[in-house]
Amino acid sequence: MKKLIVSPAPHLHGNESTKSLMRDVIIALVPSLLVSVYFFGFSAIKLALVGVATAVAVEYVIQRYIVKSKITVNDYSAALTGLLLSLNLPPNSPWWIMFIGSVVAIGIAKMTFGGVGQNLFNPALVGRVFLLVSFPVIMTDYSIPTSWFREGIDASSGATALSIVKEGLAKGLTMDQIFSENNFSYAQMLFSKIGGSVGEVSALALILGFVYLLIRRVIRPHIPLAIIGTVLLFSGIFWLINPQMYADPLFNVLTGGILIGSIFMATDYVTSPMSKKGMVLYGVGIGIITMLIRYWGAYPEGISFAILIMNATVPLINMYMKPAKFGKEVKHG
Amino acid sequence: MSKTFRIGGIHPHDNKISVNAAIENFPVMERAYISMSQHLGAPAEPVVAKGDKVKTGQLIAKANGFISANIHSSVSGTVNSIEMLPDLAGNLVQHVVVNVEGDEWMESIDRTPEINRVIKDSPQDIIAKIAECGVVGLGGAAFPTHIKLSPPPGKKAEFLLVNGAECEPYLTSDYRIMLENTEEILIGVKLMMSALGVKRAYLGIEENKPQAIKKMKEIASKGYQEIKIVSLKKRYPQGGEKQLIDAITGRQVPSMGLPIDVGVVVQNVGTALAVYEAVQKNKPLFEGVVTVTGKCMPEQRNFRMRVGTTFESMIFAVGGFPKDAEKLVSGGPMMGKAVSRIEAASVKSTSALLLLTEEETKRGEEANCIRCAKCVDACPMGLEPYLLNRLSRANRIEDLEANMVHDCIECGSCLYVCPADIPLLDTIRLSKTKVLKIIRSRPKK
Repeated sequence: MKKLIVSPAPHLHGNESTKSLMRDVIIALVPSLLVSVYFFGFSAIKLALVGVATAVAVEYVIQRYIVKSKITVNDYSAALTGLLLSLNLPPNSPWWIMFIGSVVAIGIAKMTFGGVGQNLFNPALVGRVFLLVSFPVIMTDYSIPTSWFREGIDASSGATALSIVKEGLAKGLTMDQIFSENNFSYAQMLFSKIGGSVGEVSALALILGFVYLLIRRVIRPHIPLAIIGTVLLFSGIFWLINPQMYADPLFNVLTGGILIGSIFMATDYVTSPMSKKGMVLYGVGIGIITMLIRYWGAYPEGISFAILIMNATVPLINMYMKPAKFGKEVKHG
Repeated sequence: MSKTFRIGGIHPHDNKISVNAAIENFPVMERAYISMSQHLGAPAEPVVAKGDKVKTGQLIAKANGFISANIHSSVSGTVNSIEMLPDLAGNLVQHVVVNVEGDEWMESIDRTPEINRVIKDSPQDIIAKIAECGVVGLGGAAFPTHIKLSPPPGKKAEFLLVNGAECEPYLTSDYRIMLENTEEILIGVKLMMSALGVKRAYLGIEENKPQAIKKMKEIASKGYQEIKIVSLKKRYPQGGEKQLIDAITGRQVPSMGLPIDVGVVVQNVGTALAVYEAVQKNKPLFEGVVTVTGKCMPEQRNFRMRVGTTFESMIFAVGGFPKDAEKLVSGGPMMGKAVSRIEAASVKSTSALLLLTEEETKRGEEANCIRCAKCVDACPMGLEPYLLNRLSRANRIEDLEANMVHDCIECGSCLYVCPADIPLLDTIRLSKTKVLKIIRSRPKK
């Protein structure tokens, strides 16, 4: 007689796996990766390769030889961290910066907490911030490497738009003067050509990735929209008060990592809240902290710090921002 | 505009491959294994003895206690034995085993094909006939119908909701009866409305069954206007009692509450048909429509089948046990029970026999939770399965109660969506049982 499998319901399972979800996020990053290769050539390829290879190797070595646990590198989560970090570095970064960043991201921010799903802070961001405070000169040098395909971006943009604005304001220039001196335009910001890290050269490529993630239902729109909405509102208020002191809201959203940060970093499953209410609160918090740092902090850009700070609040948010329970609004009897 | 429930839900693939197979009468087997425990509540007490001659439809066991139901012979012949036999899950249950001789029905049963539209019975008589005929809820729980139609003192039903959602993948038995026994179902609904004393009923059907909606609306417009046919979005678990009430009326049954707490009684379309047959045709509940399906099966069919038919004979009726089938499910793939032995027999509420291959039913190896929140999004009760799983494994009973583990309806949506293949419902089900036991042991206020 044939032996039957007996196990509790449900007897069917969805097709998604950690692997398929991570793969989808990597696919969503492909447009940004292609744009960066177009503009930065070999440099972008080199950073991505070193980033992914190091991240995967570090996770493998730790699991195989140190903690002797199951090897999980085939779930693509380490590869994703390495890729994300590479897209968050200045295009001219040396390969060893990428290597150190990946070691810190996986070795310290992820594996010490117990590997995938266990970390409190976003590994790629921990790696990036570690590099930013350890190698401030390299990490803020946004000069353009020579490309295979074309002669780089506008040679003048050796700094990010946000740092140009911050320095300009410090020199006592008005916003109009800064914009006209540097030929800033929204078309530039949308399609490329603005100084910044590898992955944020094209807002359009990032938005394409966002749409893909939404269609594939990999992420919910709540966190990115809450961040972007908060940045628009916050900067909009200040811009209305004094447009010569504060850049306009659209400029604030299209520059300095708001898009890559809100779409790909803040939505990291492990380090973001579980309920939709919690997601909105988390996004608003990131938006506010980002703008506080931009306007009054020492750094021109603040979304990395903002996300990490809000990462720390996630357990608390999960404890208090519960999903709406069925049957709560109806009185008994 | 189709309606639906407001919290959670998933969209598993339909796989209603037996949808176009018209209902056929399943041949009566050589021996019927009739369980005394086919309903929620106390097992029925046999009133026949070994060697007794019984007719099809004859009472063979009486309801025993307040929550229990009568059981009738599904065949005619001689009682072979009354013994403890394993049910589909392997639990020992008392069975009356009947050796089949011919198929002689009780004379009291009206076997004519004419539809009996005239309702002559008073509400009390309707409930009495339903109880007499052993009708139980055919949506899954098999709760005795006559009790559900008699709300406790102080509670009043405003509406009757009839569940034609059939949101489980693969199942088509409700769909087929909605197409083939449309008017009988509507008369059954009217009988239950009369028993409850309600003026309005809503019959909800998911929009992946457009022909059933069309047919129901067409017949309902000819003399059954008090029954409103509601089109529902396709979404699992739409047929869950609480979800169906939310979808159709916008009312939410409170935690630990019953539908009657929000003035609603829910019955399944299959139950409506059984009520019609019991009251208008004097026919006890001893047969029902069972979908025999599975992608690995050579054919997928819908049978009108006597209670006590073995799963084995059902499989052989459609071409034998497929080589690659590894799991036999009684009911739908989301909430049905895995059958441990094919010699087990069907009961009143058996809706389907589903054969799955290992590939189709395989769970991946459990990995770390990545906190993707897909289980939170999927839970139709607004619970946090990832958290309940963690608390269950740590056996933190108080925290489990504070996080409403007892509200879980065991629909399996969380486990279905989990990308890390964490056995969420398995651990939650265990702690739910513990918490419910504690809650029920507390003195009543």
